[in-house]
Amino acid sequence: MNRINNKFKELKEKHQAALVGFVTAGDPDIKTSQKIIKTMCDRGVDILELGVPFSDPTADGPVIQRSSTRALKHGVYLKDVIEMTRELRKTSQVPVILFSYYNPIMSYGTKAFYKDAMNAGADGLLVVDLPSEEANELISSWNADEFAFIRLVAPTTPKERMARITANASGFLYLVSKTGVTGSDGLDTTDISQHTDLLRSVTDLPICVGFGISTPEHVNTISAFADGVVIGSAFERMIEENLDSPDLPAMMGAMTAEFKEATMLAS
Amino acid sequence: MQMKNKYEDKSENRYDINRFPNENGHFGPYGGRYVAETLMPALIELEDAFHKFVPDPAFQAEFKELLKNYTGRPTPLFYAERLSRHLNGARIYLKREDLTHTGAHKINNTLGQTLLARWMGKKKIIAETGAGQHGVATATTAAYFGMECKIFMGVEDIRRQAPNVHRMKLLGAEVVPVDSGTGTLKDAMNEAIRYWVAEVRDTYYVIGSVAGPHPYPHMVREFQKVIGEETYSQILDEAGRLPNLLVACVGGGSNAMGLFYPFLNEPVDMLGAEAAGFGIATGKHAATLCAGTLGVLHGSKSYLLQDEFGQIKEAHSVSAGLDYPGVGPEHALLKDFKRVSYVAIDDNQALEAFHLLCRKEGIIPALESAHAVAAAMIEATKRPAEEIIVVNLSGRGDKDLGIVTST
Ligand SMILES: Cc1ncc(COP(=O)(O)O)c(C=O)c1O
Repeated sequence: MNRINNKFKELKEKHQAALVGFVTAGDPDIKTSQKIIKTMCDRGVDILELGVPFSDPTADGPVIQRSSTRALKHGVYLKDVIEMTRELRKTSQVPVILFSYYNPIMSYGTKAFYKDAMNAGADGLLVVDLPSEEANELISSWNADEFAFIRLVAPTTPKERMARITANASGFLYLVSKTGVTGSDGLDTTDISQHTDLLRSVTDLPICVGFGISTPEHVNTISAFADGVVIGSAFERMIEENLDSPDLPAMMGAMTAEFKEATMLAS
Repeated sequence: MQMKNKYEDKSENRYDINRFPNENGHFGPYGGRYVAETLMPALIELEDAFHKFVPDPAFQAEFKELLKNYTGRPTPLFYAERLSRHLNGARIYLKREDLTHTGAHKINNTLGQTLLARWMGKKKIIAETGAGQHGVATATTAAYFGMECKIFMGVEDIRRQAPNVHRMKLLGAEVVPVDSGTGTLKDAMNEAIRYWVAEVRDTYYVIGSVAGPHPYPHMVREFQKVIGEETYSQILDEAGRLPNLLVACVGGGSNAMGLFYPFLNEPVDMLGAEAAGFGIATGKHAATLCAGTLGVLHGSKSYLLQDEFGQIKEAHSVSAGLDYPGVGPEHALLKDFKRVSYVAIDDNQALEAFHLLCRKEGIIPALESAHAVAAAMIEATKRPAEEIIVVNLSGRGDKDLGIVTST
C-alpha cells in the first residue's frame, strides 16, 4: 500500500501522470501472462492492475470479456492470480491492484483473500460490482494503510455521493471516464476534465481515469489534469491480435513504453 | 394445553413480512445492490420513484384498470376435478395465469414497470428474456404505451422459443441476439446490464423476475402479488377456507412470490418447484435453492449454481424460463426460515405432468408451470381429499409445442 502512496509522490515530483496498466491475469496462459506483466513493469507501468477472470463480466466490453474467457479456458482462477502477484514481487516493486468481480472473492473467502493477497505482495483491490453501500462486509476488518480498497466514481455519480464514496477511500480513486462498459469508444475529454475537477473538489487522493482510453494522444490529454490514466482494452486487444506470437511480451513492452512516454508532461 | 401452531410463532424464527427487505434492500443476508457504480444513481432514482409513484391513487387506479380490461384479471381459480380424481388425493385448484393477455403472469409485472417508467418520464425500455414470455409481455406493454423497446435474448433461446421471437417483432420490439456464454437467460441478462450501463440516463430496464439489484425483487413482488390476493378471496368464496398448500414453479421466483406473498402470515404450506433438468446428480439442472451455494450474480446476493472458484455454471432445463443459475433473494431467505419448501422436478416429471394436464383437463400448460403441476401431483397423492392445493399455472404452453413434440 505504501508502494501506491510513494509512487504518486515520486511521479508528482517528476511531473508525470501514472500509467496504470490493466491486463487479465492468465491471458492467454499463465506463463505468457507472467512474462507480459514482468515486461510491462520493466517498461514503465507505474501501477499494475491484474484482472481476475470471471465467467459473467457485466461491466466489461467484448475485448475484456474474451480475455476472461481465454484465461478461464486455461483454468486461471483467483488463487492463480495471487500466485502470479507473488512471483512478480520477486523482481518488481510496482504496486499491484487486483481487479475483480465480487463472486470469485466471496467464493475464495473474504478473510482468506485479504490475508493471502497481502502476503503475496498485492497492494489493493478494486471490485467492479461492490458499491460503497455493500463494501463493508468485505473491508470492515481491513487496515486501509496496508491494503487499499480502490473506489470507483462514475460519470453518473452526483457530487454529494462522490463525497460519501471518497470519505473512506484510500490509495487512489478510479474515475470511470465513460457511461458504459470497458473498451467502448467515443471518449469526451472535455467531459472527463470537468468530472475530474468535480471529484477533486471533494478529495485529496490521486485520481486515475479509465475506460475507453486507447491512444497515446488520449493519455497525454488526460495526463494534464488527472493523476493517472488506466489502459486496459488497448493492451488486451494487442494480446488478442498476437496470441501465437513469440514476440507478444516484447510487443506489450513497446506499447507500454509508448503510453508511458505520453504521461510525461512538459514542465 | 393447546399446541402452538407453527404459524402462530411470533419469535425471531417467524418470517415477518414487514421486516423484508430492509431499507438497503437486504432480505436478511440476501439481496442488496451489487452493481457497477455507474448504475447506482439509477437504482436509487428507481427506488425513490417506486416509493413515490406506485402508492399514488392515480397510479393504482391506472394499474388496476389495465390489469382488469387489458390483461383480463381477475384470472379464474379453476378446480381441476378430473386431475384430482385421477390422483385420488387432495383437491387441486389451478390459478389460471395462462389465461392472461400474452399467456403468462409476466404481464402483471411488465404493466406495472412500464407504467412506472412512464411516470418517471423514461422513453426507452429494455428487458432480458429466456422463454420469451417476459420479452413478449414487455414488448406488449411497450407497444401499448408507445415506447421504444429492445429485448435481449440468448441465441439458444431464440432457437427453442421461435414463436415468441416472432411475436416480439410483430409488437415492434427489436430482439437483440446474445451469443456470449451459453446463449441463454443468464447471458441475455449480462448483455442487458451492459447495455443499461451505457444508456442508463434515458432507458428503463424492466427486469422480469424477483431477481436483480434492489429495488427489483421488492418491486416485482409488489406487481405480482395480485395473483395471491385474488387467490385468497377466490378460494374463500369457493371453498370457504384457505388452502392447505400453495405450489408454484421457481425460475427467478416471481410467479411464486406473487402467489405466496399474501399468504405468508397465514397457516398455509408453500412449495416451490425448481427445475432438476436431467437430474441433480448429473450436474445438469437449474435447481439453485436445492443444490446451489451462496454468491453474487446480476446485482444481488442469493443462492447460485457455481463451481468451487466462484465461476457461474450453466443451468439446464427443458424449460427455458427456469433455465437460470440464480434465484430471487427473498426465496433464499424463505428457505432459510423454512417458511417455504423447495423441491426439484426433472425434465421427465415435468413432461409427464404436461401431458397429463393436457389429457385430463384440456389445458396445455407452459413447461415452466408443468414443473409446479408435477410437484403438486406428488403432494396430492400424499394428502387426503379434504385438503386443498392451489397451483399457480403461470403460463400456457403454445410456445413449447416444438419442444414437446420433439422430445
Ligand atoms: C410461464 C412461466 N412461468 C414461470 C417462469 C419463471 O419465472 P418466475 O420464476 O420469475 O416466475 C417463466 C419465465 O419465463 C414463465 O414464462
